[in-house]
Amino acid sequence: MSGAADPRGFACPPPPPRHDRIILGHGGGGRLTAELIERLFLPRFGNDILAQGDDAALLTLREPLPAGARLALTTDAHIVRPLFFPGGDIGRLAVCGTVNDLAMVGARPLGLAAAFVIEEGLESELLTRVADSMRDAAREAGVTIVAGDTKVAERGKVDGLYVATAAVGVVPPGRSARAAGARSGDAVLVSGTLGEHGLAVLAARGDLALRTAVESDVAPLGGLVEALYAAGIDIHALRDPTRGGLAAAVNEIAARSGVGVTLEETAIPVRREVRAACEVLGFDPLHLPNEGKLVAFVPQAQAERALATMRGHPRGAAAVAIGHAEAAPPGRVLMRTPYGTTRVVEVPAGELLPRIC
Amino acid sequence: MKYMDEFRDPTLVQAVIAELWRTAVRPHVIMEICGGQTHAIVRSGLDRLLPPGLTLAHGPGCPVCVTPLETLDQAMAIACRPDVIFTSYGDMLRVPGSDGDLFGVRARGGDVRVVYSPLDAVRLAQENPARQVVFFAIGFETTAPANATSVVQARRLGLRNFTILASQVCVPGAMRAILSSPDNRVEAFLAAGHVCTVMGWREYTPIAREHGVPIVVTGFEPLDIARGILLAVKQLEAGRAEVENAYERVVTEPGNPGAQTAVREVFRVGDRVWRGLGVIPDGGLHLRDEWSEFDAAKRFDVSRVKPVESPICIAGEILKGLRLPADCPAFDDPCTPDHPLGATMVSAEGTCNAYHRYGRGREETE
Repeated sequence: MSGAADPRGFACPPPPPRHDRIILGHGGGGRLTAELIERLFLPRFGNDILAQGDDAALLTLREPLPAGARLALTTDAHIVRPLFFPGGDIGRLAVCGTVNDLAMVGARPLGLAAAFVIEEGLESELLTRVADSMRDAAREAGVTIVAGDTKVAERGKVDGLYVATAAVGVVPPGRSARAAGARSGDAVLVSGTLGEHGLAVLAARGDLALRTAVESDVAPLGGLVEALYAAGIDIHALRDPTRGGLAAAVNEIAARSGVGVTLEETAIPVRREVRAACEVLGFDPLHLPNEGKLVAFVPQAQAERALATMRGHPRGAAAVAIGHAEAAPPGRVLMRTPYGTTRVVEVPAGELLPRIC
Repeated sequence: MKYMDEFRDPTLVQAVIAELWRTAVRPHVIMEICGGQTHAIVRSGLDRLLPPGLTLAHGPGCPVCVTPLETLDQAMAIACRPDVIFTSYGDMLRVPGSDGDLFGVRARGGDVRVVYSPLDAVRLAQENPARQVVFFAIGFETTAPANATSVVQARRLGLRNFTILASQVCVPGAMRAILSSPDNRVEAFLAAGHVCTVMGWREYTPIAREHGVPIVVTGFEPLDIARGILLAVKQLEAGRAEVENAYERVVTEPGNPGAQTAVREVFRVGDRVWRGLGVIPDGGLHLRDEWSEFDAAKRFDVSRVKPVESPICIAGEILKGLRLPADCPAFDDPCTPDHPLGATMVSAEGTCNAYHRYGRGREETE
């Protein structure tokens, strides 16, 4: 993207930050902070709202909200080690994670705010790459970064960089996807293969004694959700199976909706590399986090149309039906094995711990 | 992966199960030793496909489960010390001692780190000469070679800041203890395939002969386990009691002599406490005297540790295959993996944990 080699390019690249590392003063609110914002963040996130420099972003609605529309507000804190991993980085993760939370209630994003907590000594170049990545992800997600904040913590008090975000969006009238919205008779659909984000990040830490070509699936899902609504799908429940994986997401929907869910083990899409790594490490792919997948409960009669719609979208090309919801047993998620037996799908305990032998 | 799918093929599994139904005439109790096998059985529901009268008793082969509470308490006492970097396999961190777990120690400022091999701990000791690095060396015959190697490596490097806290257990002693128990009901064993890759199966021959029990070396996939059960049942029906290998693609009779030599150099076989089972004669490994400088329990004063077990928990009887989790008044309430009362609920390979995780007894209820 840098036009340096192209003499016809007339867009000036943003001036590089004057310090090659972030120092405490960059969070002090004085000239150094202003410089960081002007040289690093504004050229990347720059928009009319952010450029105003007010204490709060002023969002002007182009038209009044229609009757029945609702505002959706979400917040998220992002801590990931390493900051850059195959398929993504903390910046892309922060933007996608936040807009996806809006998408899961059917909301279209109005604006996103991001606060950076930076460890003293972080390379400015690294922060620049994170900001580049956030700009690209925001563009892809169709959201504007309208507010921000920067704090610098003493070396050792923060692990490199934390990014906290918040976003606000509008849910058009008639959309009712909720965690408690699943009904008996619904089909359970997932938009693609599971576990890639979790495995990519674990492997990137380098202490798993595991090398893998698997990349994080981190991506914005708003477009996929809009496509489903545009196809007239009455989405009853929607979740992005992030922390806790599919097991936690489906259990939560089952519990909140008071339905029983039966999943088909043979239908659950997991890539071979992910499955093999899970075998070695003792992980369940259903417990690994995803950052670019959704699970949807839709009326059985609309399942085929919903699947066709998802498969026609780049974020849902590998969408499949994995199970169904019934009235009983309420709140319980069962897995039907290929041997004709069933077992309960539990919510994972917390941390993912590799087994001993 | 192709290799793995083959051993999960439902058609092949069902063919073996069908043969089992034709073969099993009399009722039998067969124990799978290894917690990994218990996990696979409950996960696939294999036990529910067996002919009536054929019962699987779940064995004590879960290294986390049988690590004594006293050793856990010692681990926590050592990990609290400011001069110590305490290293462990990941799944030991959540195991509760008498007072909290290693995660709790870490939250209170202890330097507790997950490593994936004891050799990583040796490297940490090299990199941190001013700190004491302790590795929590637990497990069966499978982990013993690497744990032994770590000590050899530390001596070769001249490290004076590396020790291991060992709870190293061996399967044959536990099999004998189970068979010698007056209330034993186990008639045949599925021996743990992983253990046999290291040890081979010669040490099982005298057990099979003396106690008159078939012992079948068995793998971990549903097809492996179904075949192991079938071979055991065929022996029982025919009145034979031999050691057979149903894990031919991995296990050979002598096992891995190099690994065995490494273990023998550093460890000696001796009596060991198994959590839930008590002292088992020849039930584990101890550092030999000439390696005792690497024994964390000797380097650090852990004499004040006084472990307290739950009075309700029946883990001991579950580990012996005498009872099932549902027989325990505390199963699922209040005892869960987040708040375990005993050994078998704590580890992913524990029987209670497997029953809890896959919802045994809860499929139809709230």
